[in-house]
Amino acid sequence: MELTGAQSLIKSLENQGVDVVFGLPGGAILPVYDPIIDSSIRHILVRHEQGAGHAAEGYAQVTGRPGVAIVTSGPGATNIVTPLANAYMDSTPLVVVTGQVATNSIGTDAFQEVDITGVTSGVTKHNWLVTDAQDIPSVIAEAFHVATTGRPGPVLVDFPKDVANAVTTWQDPGPVDLPGYRPSPSPDPAAVAAAADLILAAERPVLYVGGGVLKADASQALADLVELTGIPVVTTLMARGAFPDSHRLCLGMPGMHGNYTAVTAMQRADLLVALGSRFDDRVTGKVSGFAPHAKVVHVDIDRAEIGKVRRPEVAVVADCRLAIEALAAVLRARASARPDVLDPGRLAPWIATIADWRARFPLAYDRSVSTGTRHGSQLLKPQFVIEQLRATTPDDTVLVSGVGQHQMWAAQHWRFDQPRSWVNSGGLGTMGFAVPAAIGAKVGRPDRMVWAVDGDGCFQMTAQELVTASAERIPVKIAILNNAYLGMVRQWQHMFYEERYSEVYLSPDLPDYVLWAEAMGCVGLRVTAPEEVVPAIEKANEIDDRPVVIDFRTDSMEQVYPMVPSGSSNDEIVLHPSQQGLAR
Amino acid sequence: MSASPVGAVSSELAAPGLPSAKASARLRHHVVSLLVENKAGVLVRVAGLFARRGFNIVSLAVAPTHDPRLSRISIVVDVDSAPLEQVVDQLDKLVNVVQIDELHPLDAREAELLLVTVAVDGVSRSQVIQLAEVYDGAVLDVAPGAVTIRLAAAPEVVDDFEQVVRPYGIIQLQRTGRIALPKLDQTG
Repeated sequence: MELTGAQSLIKSLENQGVDVVFGLPGGAILPVYDPIIDSSIRHILVRHEQGAGHAAEGYAQVTGRPGVAIVTSGPGATNIVTPLANAYMDSTPLVVVTGQVATNSIGTDAFQEVDITGVTSGVTKHNWLVTDAQDIPSVIAEAFHVATTGRPGPVLVDFPKDVANAVTTWQDPGPVDLPGYRPSPSPDPAAVAAAADLILAAERPVLYVGGGVLKADASQALADLVELTGIPVVTTLMARGAFPDSHRLCLGMPGMHGNYTAVTAMQRADLLVALGSRFDDRVTGKVSGFAPHAKVVHVDIDRAEIGKVRRPEVAVVADCRLAIEALAAVLRARASARPDVLDPGRLAPWIATIADWRARFPLAYDRSVSTGTRHGSQLLKPQFVIEQLRATTPDDTVLVSGVGQHQMWAAQHWRFDQPRSWVNSGGLGTMGFAVPAAIGAKVGRPDRMVWAVDGDGCFQMTAQELVTASAERIPVKIAILNNAYLGMVRQWQHMFYEERYSEVYLSPDLPDYVLWAEAMGCVGLRVTAPEEVVPAIEKANEIDDRPVVIDFRTDSMEQVYPMVPSGSSNDEIVLHPSQQGLAR
Repeated sequence: MSASPVGAVSSELAAPGLPSAKASARLRHHVVSLLVENKAGVLVRVAGLFARRGFNIVSLAVAPTHDPRLSRISIVVDVDSAPLEQVVDQLDKLVNVVQIDELHPLDAREAELLLVTVAVDGVSRSQVIQLAEVYDGAVLDVAPGAVTIRLAAAPEVVDDFEQVVRPYGIIQLQRTGRIALPKLDQTG
């Protein structure tokens, strides 16, 4: 069967089960856009290539399937570097196809030429420059294989214009042949047994759950392990929802803005079982002071994570689900021989200590302001908005966020009870992630309500994608926590730069977010007082034919607490001012 | 050549006949031997990984193997700059890297090639040529004021030769960096 390289590419994508791509055409990628007209694949035309990349990430994070983006060469390609870097940090499967100048022009500084495989080699799992149209089916098969197996991540396929125009014959790709790529180690039984020994010997264990549990679809296996062992769980920023917040053994989020109980349980633990987590600096604080009494079992599919930051006593290099299931099987066998080894009472003193911390040091903010009990005050607390949003939306709502204070408040105050219900930018900390990622999430899960909690600074970076959402009838809902500042930077200047505020003020009404939303085809609403919060959310929930933006005018002075100052040990956690005098 | 007073290494670690500081540097320098797919851009991916992760390359040699689909890259890594295990685990994630062997200096047969042009006069020419013969080197080129010598030998021998000709005046010098293969098992 004769076809062009471009047709071969689209056919290859169809064969991979791709149902939607996010993209924006241009010169070098023009040939690829012609067969898109005849394809079953839905193409969503973004307004900036960064939006295509983040939308593909949002799609991937909620579905578990790879997100796909197509952009042109040169600036189109460089505009999608940030999403690639973001996906690389957060292990999100992404396949990006970039146009490239014709092969005989490569290296001549041709119009819109950029060495994008060179530029992206540090932020992709792998990338390919296709030089022969005959290779297209096998390269695309390899690209999807690499993106989705092992530790998932982004890949890029650079596609010269003459390769797209070339006439070729279709050949079904055989099995993927990548001799240097061995992605899926299985758990070593000896290591699993050693991990079980440590678990049975521990008096103060904590399961330190990271994003790898979600990638491995291991939430059910984790729940079984918790039921079996009675060990409490912390879920990192990337793992919120991997284990339900409503479970009595879920301690919530650890780290720089984690709650006191989650942070302190890790500090006092005698055993950390790290499951698909990577000892990120935002979790550990000063590494030498992190969990000083704990032995470590580290389960990760990426061998290079073992010992990168903290040397474990036992390492299990494997897919999290397989490792957790193997661990549970060994523990069950031990318990059937000696029933008392997993007796729930063995951890009773530890669970009681944790319960005491939870009772005395819950997440705190000044509720009296937002609930109106303080006379005359109309300040809207951002945490109050998030609590009301959670209470006024369906349980299976997908929450998306940008990066900054609003992200931390969302991660702290939302109740996450389902895997893949939380989409955010963790490792890279990409402001502007929320709006395009929410669009991708809604495309991936049209059955779910999708809300983004965004900051005013973040919103201004990528808001133009709401035009995409209106045009494509993608009814996302955006809650801007508008505090008129680059709030997290302001918080650091408040705490560490003697309140010398440098270049962080944005203004609450420039731009006018309601008018801007309306101009982009959305419904725009404004909320300035606590009693308006729920009615506005209810109104937004009823709108299903276009996006909604709510401009919540929140308290500019609010800070994120608790906070472990950068470079400090987690023992130096700073609590909300109302809790700072309490004896720990 | 005189032994440097800097540093100390226990006598059982020091290779025979080597000054201790140089021996300790040598023992820090492990060869990571990579079999890689012979494809465009592979060297950049390997070198880029070292740069990105802050690992230092002491030397690097690359050439095709007997199998035209594969090349071998020999990288000498200072294990004080980064844990060798981390270097190897990160390299293993590169899709084009097919096989990795870490070679401890005591477990490897190592070789290096040196080309050096040494300034000579009527008196010193014969001395330099004689030294080259002592070290099993070869004279490649002779001119009125200089000779060019080739030496292929174990890296520490190449070091020694470089030291003994240095006083005559080195005009140009090129070393290839170390290549290595594992020592053969003598018991089998």
